[in-house]
Order: sequence, then C-alpha cells, then structure tokens
Amino acid sequence: MAEKMLELQDITMQFGGVVAVNNLSMHIDQGEIVALIGPNGAGKTTAFNCVTGMYRPTNGQVKFEGKVIVANYPQGKMKSMYAGENKGKYKHEVAPTPDKITRMGIARTFQNIRLFKTQTAFENVLIATHLHRTSNPFTATFRLNYKEERQMRELALSMLEMVGLQDSKDELATSLPYGKQRRLEIARALATKPKLLLLDEPAAGMNPQETHELGQFIVDIKNRFNLTVFLIEHHMDLVMDISERIYVIDFGKLIATGSPDEIRENQDVISAYLGVDEE
Amino acid sequence: MKTNKLSWMIAFVLLALMFAGLYVLEQTLPPTTMLFTILKKSVIYALIAVSMNLLNGFTGLFSLGQAGFMVVGAYTFAILTIPVQHRAMVYQYYDGGIVQFALPAALGILAAGAVAAVFAFLVGLPVLRLKSDYLAIATLGFAEIIRAFIQYEGLGPLTNGSNLLRRFPTFTGIIPPFAIVAFCIFIIVMLIHSTYGRALKAIRDDETAAEAMGINLFFHKQLSFVISSFFAGVAGALLAMYQGSIQAASFKSSMTYEILLIVVIGGMGSISGSILASFLFIASSEWWLRFLDNELFIGTFKVPLLRSGFRVVVFSVIIMAVVLFYRRGIMGDREFNLRFLTRGRSKAKERKNG
Repeated sequence: MAEKMLELQDITMQFGGVVAVNNLSMHIDQGEIVALIGPNGAGKTTAFNCVTGMYRPTNGQVKFEGKVIVANYPQGKMKSMYAGENKGKYKHEVAPTPDKITRMGIARTFQNIRLFKTQTAFENVLIATHLHRTSNPFTATFRLNYKEERQMRELALSMLEMVGLQDSKDELATSLPYGKQRRLEIARALATKPKLLLLDEPAAGMNPQETHELGQFIVDIKNRFNLTVFLIEHHMDLVMDISERIYVIDFGKLIATGSPDEIRENQDVISAYLGVDEE
Repeated sequence: MKTNKLSWMIAFVLLALMFAGLYVLEQTLPPTTMLFTILKKSVIYALIAVSMNLLNGFTGLFSLGQAGFMVVGAYTFAILTIPVQHRAMVYQYYDGGIVQFALPAALGILAAGAVAAVFAFLVGLPVLRLKSDYLAIATLGFAEIIRAFIQYEGLGPLTNGSNLLRRFPTFTGIIPPFAIVAFCIFIIVMLIHSTYGRALKAIRDDETAAEAMGINLFFHKQLSFVISSFFAGVAGALLAMYQGSIQAASFKSSMTYEILLIVVIGGMGSISGSILASFLFIASSEWWLRFLDNELFIGTFKVPLLRSGFRVVVFSVIIMAVVLFYRRGIMGDREFNLRFLTRGRSKAKERKNG
C-alpha cells in the first residue's frame, strides 16, 4: 500500500451557525493526483484553507506524512454552538501559521489569482525561494550570501522556464495574460520545493484547449518533481482526465468517493450537480 | 547584470561628486549661510523619511510612531554624550544627573539607534498584530506616551525632565551629516534589494499570498519595524546634533505628519522620491516661502495678504495640489535611475546579439 501523504480526519469547519465543512475525512497517497469536486459553495476551498493553515478547523485533525500538522476541538463559544459530529474525540490544538505549513512542504495556488502586483514575473517566483534561505538579515544586506542569492535566482529562472514564461520574466506579473498568470502561480508554488501541491481551481476561466494543456502540464510536473497533487476543479473534463481518485462534497459533507468512472456513474453525485426533482 | 554594475558605479561617482561639491561650498561660503542650515536639516529629514518609507512604503505597515523613535534616539544620544564637566550645569535641577560618563559622538549615534530599536522591538510585540488604521493609532499613541514619559519629573536625573538638554557634541561641518545619512540610506537600499527586502515587498502586495509562500509575517514585520526605528533613532541623534539642544516637547506628532507628508509627496515605495521630497519640503518651508511671512511694499503699495503666517497657508495649498494631482507622489514607486545613460549601450548589445 502506498504511503499516505495527507490525511484529513473528521475535519469540521463551522462559521457561527453555518457548518461549511462537515466531518470530512479523506486521504491522499504519495504520488497521486486527487481531486475534490462539488457544486458551488460546497466547502471545497474551505477544506483547502483548513489544510494550509489559513483557517483553523473547528474540530478534527490533518496529518501530513503521518505527523499531525493541524488539530483542533470546539473551544470557547463553539463549545455550546458546535453543530458537527465527533465532539470530544480530539483534545488538543495544533495551529501553525500558513508559512510553517508551506515550510513543511505543502504549497498552494489560489482560486482568485494572488500574485504580487508590483513585482515582475521573475521576482514573484524569486520571493518563493526566500523560505529556504540560510542567510540572516545582516548577511543578506551586505551580500555575504551572494552564492545563495545566485542559486535562488537560478532556481527561480528554471521554474519560469519550466512553465514557459522565460520570455515574460521582466514583465509585471499582473500585466500578463490570464493563462500565464495561472502558470506563474504554479511556478511560484513550485519554487517553495513542495512535496504536496494544492491547486485551487487551476483551470478557472480557461477554454477547453487551454484546460487540456493544463492537464498535461500538471501530470508533467507531478512526474518531474515527484509530487503529490490535490486539486479543486469545476472542469469535469480535466478532473476525469488526470485524477486517479475523486472526492465529492456537497453542503460540506462527503457524498461520494472513487475513481473517475465510478464517480461518473454515481447517482448521488449526479443529483447533487443537477438537482433532484421534489415529488 | 552588467548594466546593474554600471549604474552602481555611476551612483558612486555621483555621490563622490556631491561630496566634492559640498567640500567646495564649505570652503568658499561663510559657514553661517542659510544654504548650509537647509542642507543639514534636509539630509537628516531624508534619513527619517527613508526609514519611514521602509515601513510604510515597502512593508505596507501604516505606522505613525516615527517621532517617538526619534525622541528616544535624540535623548539617548544627548544623555550619553554630554561631557562630564557640563553635566552639573545642564542638570542644574537634578544635581548633575545620574549619568556621569560621556561617550564619543559616534558611539552615541550608534547607541541612539540601538535603544530606539530595542523600544521598537518591545512596542512591536503587541502592536504589529494590528492592521492598517489600528496600527497607525497604536504607534501614534506610543509616540505621544514616550514624549510625555521623558518629561516626567521622576525621570529628571536621567532625562532632565521637561528642561532642555544641551552642550552635547554638534556638527563641525556639513560633510559629517551627509556622510552618515548616505551610509545609512545605502544600508537601507541594500536591505530592500536583498531577499529580505523582496519578502517585505511581498507582504505589502499581498499578505495572504506572502504567508502561503512561507514568509513568516510577524518576523518580517518586526524586522522592518526594528530596522526602521533604528534609523529613526539615528536620525533623532543627528537632529539633536543639528539643533544643539533638545526638548521632548518639540517632538510632536506634527513632526510625524511632516515626515509622512514627505514620504507621500516623494512617492510611497521610492527611496529617491523620499530624498528629493525632503530637500524640496525643507527648502520651501524654511527658506523659499519665507518671503510670504514678511510685509512687502512696492513703492507705497502694500502687497495684500503677505503677513506672518501666510507661508503656512500657501504651503498647505501646495500640498493639497500635490496630493490631488500627483496622488502617487513625485516618483510613484519608481526610483531615479540612470538607465537612460546606459540604455544606448544595452540596446547596441541587443542589436549585436539579435
């Protein structure tokens, strides 16, 4: 059996009285491409944010390479308001900031592209190499780290070359066309040298041709960097094309899981997407 | 890369020319000339403006504590450098004060920066968790508290209460303040162009994305805050040397606003803009617009409006015009560069390669 890379256990995220993610358990094995799909507002991005430390889940835990990286249980006001399951199962809190999680080897892209606006494409990628620095502010200011600086620049440039943006490297990131911005975001995430790549709707706003190319590209970088990929996507073509397993959530709850073929035939999934006739 | 090196070289040559020019001026003009006073004050304000720009323009932290760190720096410098034989006179109400040694001026300046940095570190622990306006209010509050605290009677033996501190070393010429400020700004520029500077700019552009790229927000904000305050402290010490005497009451919040104004006029995120704006600001407020304060008679005709205080009115109008029509400041977030001198060369190279 392949090693479990990422494991979500009973993740519940409640905002006030709204349970956005309800008791979600899933796992991703080393080297897999796994997709999380669901209708709009199903809680996909919220689940992502619980993994990357942007949100602190209300209950449940996340394991990465067998180690608990995020954990929480209903506290304070949530003690009485908590509407999810598994209350009392988890007793400790682990809440690292997003930068610590990135340092552990989980990098992400954003649904609404978040590039550094005033920076060029090259600088955007270069910033992502900062987390592996060995220099301190003093040595960096006085350029005693020039060897490392050169390596950072080489790494950033090679990432840009890989996504085919070497010719746009000195252009302002936000002046690039939309598709290139998406690829730049992936290059930036890769520059943090991740083991697990989280892609939040990487094909949003792309036409079928671009979407197909993106799918090839994701498989390509997965193989080249020995990555594990976890993606949220609305384009069913892409999801069915490249993912090995699919999880489907609706209203925060897991409603189906399986291979693309199984999901295609699943009656619950079809009704979640198309709606059911109320008789 | 090559052109990069070339522009550094040109920058150094220009800097050397500037110092040569200053030296010539100093040798030819009488030392009491208004020009020297203006230049000295401008260059000190340039350092404060650049230090504030590091925080507000490059890290995106809207802080208004600059005057607070300057007063800390100015007092640290004064307290540590007043010669022992003058202490009895300066601290006449406090039996000569409790500090009974004196450091050389250079060490005093370093100490001023260091103490301001320590204060910034302590203040930063709670306040840097705040965002935008809240951070501005908290840092402004700190600046007001520290000013009041220094004037507290109980601290008299150390700070001389609300009395003047004087008789500490002052500038002997115009070269020292320029040299110190040039060195400090050089360090800030090097920092901004280092990997840490890139991280600061990333935080300014998008905190969420910066954090997702593994940049520890708190550490980097604290870093920027401490370094900015270090140089504000140094600038405070220089201002003390320029004035010859200091009093906590003069480091009002309006001083911070003046500096903020310089930063905005010069352009948030532009070092050269801050420097340029400092010189323009000080020269116009202290010198070029002075004539507006004096009544003027042409023959027997009295020019209307000109009277004491009118300068401030005109100045305010100019500032409003700048803010309205040049919202991004003189330089925006660009830097003054000499690319246009090297452009011909690199174009020729491109043609050769292409």
